[in-house]
Amino acid sequence: MSTPQSPMPQAAPPNWQAAAGPSHPGYTSPIPVVRTHLGHALASEWTKIRSVRSTMWTLGVFVLLVVGIGLLAGAAIAANASDGDLNGENPLSFGFFGLLLGSMCVITLGVLTTASEYGTGMIRTTMVACPSRGRVLTAKAIVFFAVAFVVTLVSASLVAVAQVGMLDGAREPSGAEWFKGTVGVSLYIALLGLLSLVVGSIIRHSAGAITIMIGLVLAPLVIALFMFSESLSDLRQALFEYSIPNQLSVFYSNSLTDSGPSGWDPLWIALGVTAVAFAGAYALLQKRDV
Amino acid sequence: MRSSVACMIELEGLTKRYGGKLAVDNLTFTVRPGVVTGFLGPNGAGKSTTMRMMLGLDRPTAGDVRIDGRHYDRLTDPLKYIGALLDAKAVHGGRSAHNHLLCLAQSNGIPARRVHEVLDAVGLTAVARKKAKGFSYGMGQRLGIAAALLGDPQILMFDEPVNGLDPEGIHWIRHLMKSLAAQGRTVFVSSHLMSEMALTADHLVVIGQGRLLADTSMAGFIAQNSRSYVRIRTPQRERLLDVLHEAGITAVESGSGVLEIDGGKPERIGELAAQHHIVLHELSPQQASLEEAFMQLTAESVEYHAHTDTPARPWGADWQKGD
Ligand SMILES: Nc1ncnc2c1ncn2[C@@H]1O[C@H](COP(=O)(O)OP(=O)(O)OP(=O)(O)O)[C@@H](O)[C@H]1O
Ligand SMILES: [Mg+2]
Repeated sequence: MSTPQSPMPQAAPPNWQAAAGPSHPGYTSPIPVVRTHLGHALASEWTKIRSVRSTMWTLGVFVLLVVGIGLLAGAAIAANASDGDLNGENPLSFGFFGLLLGSMCVITLGVLTTASEYGTGMIRTTMVACPSRGRVLTAKAIVFFAVAFVVTLVSASLVAVAQVGMLDGAREPSGAEWFKGTVGVSLYIALLGLLSLVVGSIIRHSAGAITIMIGLVLAPLVIALFMFSESLSDLRQALFEYSIPNQLSVFYSNSLTDSGPSGWDPLWIALGVTAVAFAGAYALLQKRDV
Repeated sequence: MRSSVACMIELEGLTKRYGGKLAVDNLTFTVRPGVVTGFLGPNGAGKSTTMRMMLGLDRPTAGDVRIDGRHYDRLTDPLKYIGALLDAKAVHGGRSAHNHLLCLAQSNGIPARRVHEVLDAVGLTAVARKKAKGFSYGMGQRLGIAAALLGDPQILMFDEPVNGLDPEGIHWIRHLMKSLAAQGRTVFVSSHLMSEMALTADHLVVIGQGRLLADTSMAGFIAQNSRSYVRIRTPQRERLLDVLHEAGITAVESGSGVLEIDGGKPERIGELAAQHHIVLHELSPQQASLEEAFMQLTAESVEYHAHTDTPARPWGADWQKGD
C-alpha cells in the first residue's frame, strides 16, 4: 500500500469562533442555517455519481459497446449487401444490437447507485445527512436518469448518423423514425436503468439486483424459445412480444412479430412498471430500518 | 428557532425489538449540553441501536426520542444540529475523503470551504484526494469525525470512537470531546471501557441488555464505587488479627491467607505490626478499579461471556488419553 502515514492531527481542538450569544447554554454555530430542499440532495447525488470509478467504467463500456457494435454492424452490412437488399430498410435499426448489449451497463450503474450504499454502509451517512428518505431516492432517480439519458442519446445519435451515411442502399428515415430511433430508445434505456435503481433500493444487494434485472431482460425470450408445446403457443407469443429485446426493437419499427406492442407502447409499459416499482420502493424505504 | 431546550436529546420509553430480541428496553434519560455524557454497556447492550434510533435510522418499536424537542426527521438541516460517528465505517471506499465530505456538505447547504476546514482539523488534508478504501482504521475514524464536525453542530455523537486508535489518536479524541463540551455543545459518546469514560465523561449512562442500569454523574459514580483498601499477607495471621482488633480495625479475610482492610492506612498497620514484632510478607494499598464496579453493575446483564472459568487444557490432552 502506498497510503501515506496518518498525519499528525493538530493538537488544538477546533474552535471556529466561540459561541456568539450566551443567551442559552448551548453552542451557536457561525454557519448559517438554511432550509434544505431537493436541490441540495440533487447536488449531493451529482457529486456522488461523478466521484466513483464505477460510473466511469459502466458508462465507458456502454459507449464502447453502443458505438463500436453500431459502427461494426453498419460497416459489415454496407460491405456485404448487394444492390437492392436494403431497399425499404430503416438504416437506424442496426443500432439495436449495441444498445441491447449496452443496456447491461446501464442496468449495472442503476443498481449500484442505490444498492452499493447498502453494501458499504454509506447509506447510514446519507440518511443521517438527509433524513427525508423519499428525497434521497427521488434525487438519486433524477440524477441517474438524466445521466443515463444524455449518455445514451449521444451514443445512439452518433451511431444513427454514421449508419445513415454508410448504408447508401437503405431508405432515408422519416423525421418520426429519427425521433424514435434516438430520443425514444434513449428514454427507454434510461427507464430500464431507473427500474434497476429502484430494484437496487428494494433488494439492497448489488449482485442480487443486477441478476434480477438481467433475468428480466433475457428470461422471457429464452423461456419462449423452449416452449414447444402447442397448448402454450399463446403464452409463447406473448413472452416474445413483451420481452425487453423485442420491445426495444419496436422503436425501430422492426418488431420480431406483427401483433403485440407497437409505436410508443414499450415506453408507456416501461413507465408504468417503473412508476409502480418506485412507489413500492418509496413505501418500503419509509417503513424499513436503514 | 433554537429554543431554550437547545441541544438536548430526550429519550422517553425508547424500545426496539428485532424479531424476538428486545435490543433496547424502555430507555428514558436526557443528554445535556456542556458536558460529555458517557454511554456505557457491555457488548450487545444496545448502545449502537439506541444511537441509530436517535438519528432516525432505525424506527423505535415504542417510545420516542427527540432532539431539541423535535424528531430527527423534522430537522431541516440535520448536520448543523447533530454530527455523528457511527461504529461501522459508513463510507463508500471508492470515493476520496474530499468528495465524501463534499457530498455531505452539499446535502445540507454547508459551504464547501468547511470541507477543507474539517479535513485540516482532523489532520487528513494530505490525503484528501485519496480513496477512503486505502485508509488505515485510524484514518477512517478521523474521516468519520471530520464528517461529524462538518456542520459545526451543537450535538456530537460518537459510537466507540477510540476503537482501533493508537495512543496518540486516543489522546487526541479525548481532548477533542472535552473541548467540544467546554464550548457548550452536547457530547454523547459510547464505550464499553469504564476506565476510558472515567477520563473523559462528566456524566454516565449505563445500560445492560437494553435496560437502564445507571444515570449518574461521573464523580458520584466514582465516589460510590471506588473502594480503597490495604492488602496484607502474614505468616502470623491470628496474632495480627488480635492486634488489629484491639486497635479497633476490622479486617476481612479474602481467601488464601490474604487480609483486606477497608479504608485502612498502610502506615498505621505497618507501625502496629512492628510494635508487636509481627512479620509481614505484604502490605500494599489497593484501589478497586472502576472497571470492577462497572462489571459488577452489569454482571447479570452480560450476554456474551467468555468461558474464563474452564481451565485451559494442554494441547492434545484429549487424544493422549488414548481411548
Ligand atoms: N439489525 C438488527 N437485527 C437484529 N438484531 C439486531 C440488529 N441490530 C442489533 N441487533 C441486536 O441487538 C442487540 C444490541 O445490539 P447493539 O449493536 O445495539 O449493541 P452494542 O451495545 O452497540 O454492542 P457493542 O458494544 O458490541 O457495539 C444485539 O443483541 C444485537 O444482536
Ligand atoms: Mg455498538
